[in-house]
Amino acid sequence: MERIYLDHAATSPVHPEVVHAMIPYMTEVFGNPSSIHFFGRQSRRAVDEAREAIAKTIGAKTNEIIFTSGGTEADNLALIGVAMANRQKGRHIITTSVEHHAVLHTCHYLEKQGFEVTYLPVNEQGKISLTDLQKALRPDTILVSVMFGNNETGVLQPIEEIGMMLKEHPAYFHTDAVQAYGLIPIDVNKLHIDLLSVSAHKINGPKGVGFLYVRENVKLIPHLYGGEQERKRRAGTENVAGIIGLQKAVEIAQQTMREKVQLYRSFKERMLAIFEQEGIHYAVNGDMDDSLPHVLNVAFFGTNVEAMLVNLDLAGIAASSGSACTAGSVDPSHVLVAMFGKDSERIRSSIRFSFGLGNTAQQIEMAAYETVKIVKRLVRK
Amino acid sequence: MIYLDNSATTKVFPEALESFTAVATNYFGNPSSLHELGMQAERLLIQAREQIARLLHVKATEIIFTSGGTESNNMAIKGIAWQHRHRGRHIITTSIEHPSVAEACKQLEQLGFEVTYLPVDERGIVSVEDVEKAIREDTILVSIMHVNNEIGSIQPIEQIGATLKKYPKIFFHVDHVQGVTKVPLDFKKANIDLCTMSAHKFHGLKGAGILYVREGVKLSPLLAGGAQEMQLRSGTENVAGIVAMAKALRLAFEKYEKARQELNEMKRLLIAELSKIEGIQVNTPVDHSAPHIVNFSINGLKSEVFVHELEKQQIYVSTTSACSSRKKAPSKTLLAMGADQKRAESSIRISLSYENHRGQLSLIIEAIKHALKKLQEVAREM
Ligand SMILES: Cc1ncc(COP(=O)(O)O)c(C=O)c1O
Ligand SMILES: Cc1ncc(COP(=O)(O)O)c(C=O)c1O
Repeated sequence: MERIYLDHAATSPVHPEVVHAMIPYMTEVFGNPSSIHFFGRQSRRAVDEAREAIAKTIGAKTNEIIFTSGGTEADNLALIGVAMANRQKGRHIITTSVEHHAVLHTCHYLEKQGFEVTYLPVNEQGKISLTDLQKALRPDTILVSVMFGNNETGVLQPIEEIGMMLKEHPAYFHTDAVQAYGLIPIDVNKLHIDLLSVSAHKINGPKGVGFLYVRENVKLIPHLYGGEQERKRRAGTENVAGIIGLQKAVEIAQQTMREKVQLYRSFKERMLAIFEQEGIHYAVNGDMDDSLPHVLNVAFFGTNVEAMLVNLDLAGIAASSGSACTAGSVDPSHVLVAMFGKDSERIRSSIRFSFGLGNTAQQIEMAAYETVKIVKRLVRK
Repeated sequence: MIYLDNSATTKVFPEALESFTAVATNYFGNPSSLHELGMQAERLLIQAREQIARLLHVKATEIIFTSGGTESNNMAIKGIAWQHRHRGRHIITTSIEHPSVAEACKQLEQLGFEVTYLPVDERGIVSVEDVEKAIREDTILVSIMHVNNEIGSIQPIEQIGATLKKYPKIFFHVDHVQGVTKVPLDFKKANIDLCTMSAHKFHGLKGAGILYVREGVKLSPLLAGGAQEMQLRSGTENVAGIVAMAKALRLAFEKYEKARQELNEMKRLLIAELSKIEGIQVNTPVDHSAPHIVNFSINGLKSEVFVHELEKQQIYVSTTSACSSRKKAPSKTLLAMGADQKRAESSIRISLSYENHRGQLSLIIEAIKHALKKLQEVAREM
């Protein structure tokens, strides 16, 4: 049986060139970048070059990139770091109800620390309203955190408009771009973004590494204290090989962005065309026309998530019910609840397909037909 | 080439590298995913956790994976402080801890905690009595490293643990980053509640670490999110790095068990030979020190230049600890031991691995003599 992996939003295969690029940094170039001798200097140079290459992809300065252990740490550092460093200025934070748990749970933590958090609602298309944001802004708002593209539905938020709005307000603007980076061109200056989170393993890099972009003038306290790495903003011996892997993944992502966007969009269309043609009862969750190209979230009415996932898995198709990061549980998706309310049938019958490296049109067709078969079987019962 | 900076970081075992590439290439699933690929990744994670637990003689559920020693230390100290702050706000540590402990404590001081930094004697060792004397009604945590990363002194962890048994409400955290596989430590006997380790110090990969959290110990997480790692540490698990870490830990235990005698001999000889050299003061105590670290001072000469001189002879050592070696500050550890400014500013650390042996001794000593002579000449000319 051919296994078809359609869960790239949960994690993605490491690109062979990425592993290849990492190996020398686990063999010959193994020094600690803080060591002053040759081996240390070699590692230091590699990390510096990676930082420079990565900064360029979002129009940032080299010293505005902080390497972290992944997307979760980047989000935690952004939110807690800004909140704690600016709490004299205010204690109000605005985010959305559809953020990844790395943002949402960090906000819950900050609430316990005496901060006030506004969770903006979304409409049925999964989008926040700019009017809501405008209304929520207060003089004591210090941070607005709105994700770039949603990990469950792929829905894009109006990042450019939010950036424009916040130009007139002292609050910093953070965006979790873990799913968007590598598929959507991002220029932090054009979009007026102050902080931006990225994770390597979502873009065919290794797990355990990511970065946070932090605009030069942003006041931020570290989350991890210790040595003076990352210009004293993130202590800990640098994960040199991981950073090199991230750099390679970033380079490949930049080079292949355009073709991937086209390819994944065609996958989405093909899949939906097959669902349509086969006459199953389904609906796309979220604004299809303004979404990440690689994420497709579909409600299959009359089915339930668990049965769908088990049957898909048996058919060799790896998909998911939404966020993989709720540690193995199939809790109702907070994103779909925010869009449709907790009583909607969609909560119980939605599947996320997400595309990536290695997927072919043929695979997508096979997966679509298999899905149809399963849906028909389950609905009949 | 002789690499003598193994306390800064070690060379990855080829077998660990193999594990890394195999997992990264073939088992890329997210352990939280419910499908087959996710479950494969989860099984690898479970195996690695069980292997590590067995090696450390603890339960698998007591092993939390982190991004390294710094994160483990921050998580242990701040996690305990935050969780138990209503019971007390006093913490006891030493004046020779790694910055990832010392700076985490400083942060807590700013947040209203009180920290006692215990002194050490001229050998760099804290006294058990001092620990007990420092205990107060509101003490919630004692954090003491096992092996000091700068001079290699071993702290009396077992005795401190035994003392702390009388105070069951105080948590005991040990930074075991330099000690693990080199100096045996029985977590149970030492009554340890939390223990930090880092893969790249035992020939694993950078970016993976362990925090041992004894069953029943409650601490608040440092990273919020997907609630991985028994809800204590969020973030997609670095599966390949963790599997490689388990492999490295097993091999390191084997190799350092075999090499311990040789390294101890080598350390003694190094200390003996260095002590004979005019202009060198040895800082590492012969007894009560780890087999792999020898620290000495070059009497006020520039330690950075000395490192570069040795480098010309393809011998790689470091100034003080790697993490602070980019700033020219006196070693806090040496100052705490009562060294004067000159001595504390000019320290050099040799740190060995299982691959080193006595056969390299004369080469190392000659190179050191040569480098020292050059520096002394330059100093005289100025
Ligand atoms: C939108 C988003 N933010 C943050 C994360 C967390 O990233 P990581 O898994 O690297 O911790 C993820 C992935 O799980 C995500 O999809
Ligand atoms: C004693 C000690 N603790 C903690 C650390 C920090 O570990 P890591 O480099 O994995 O962050 C180090 C090493 O730098 C160390 O020597």
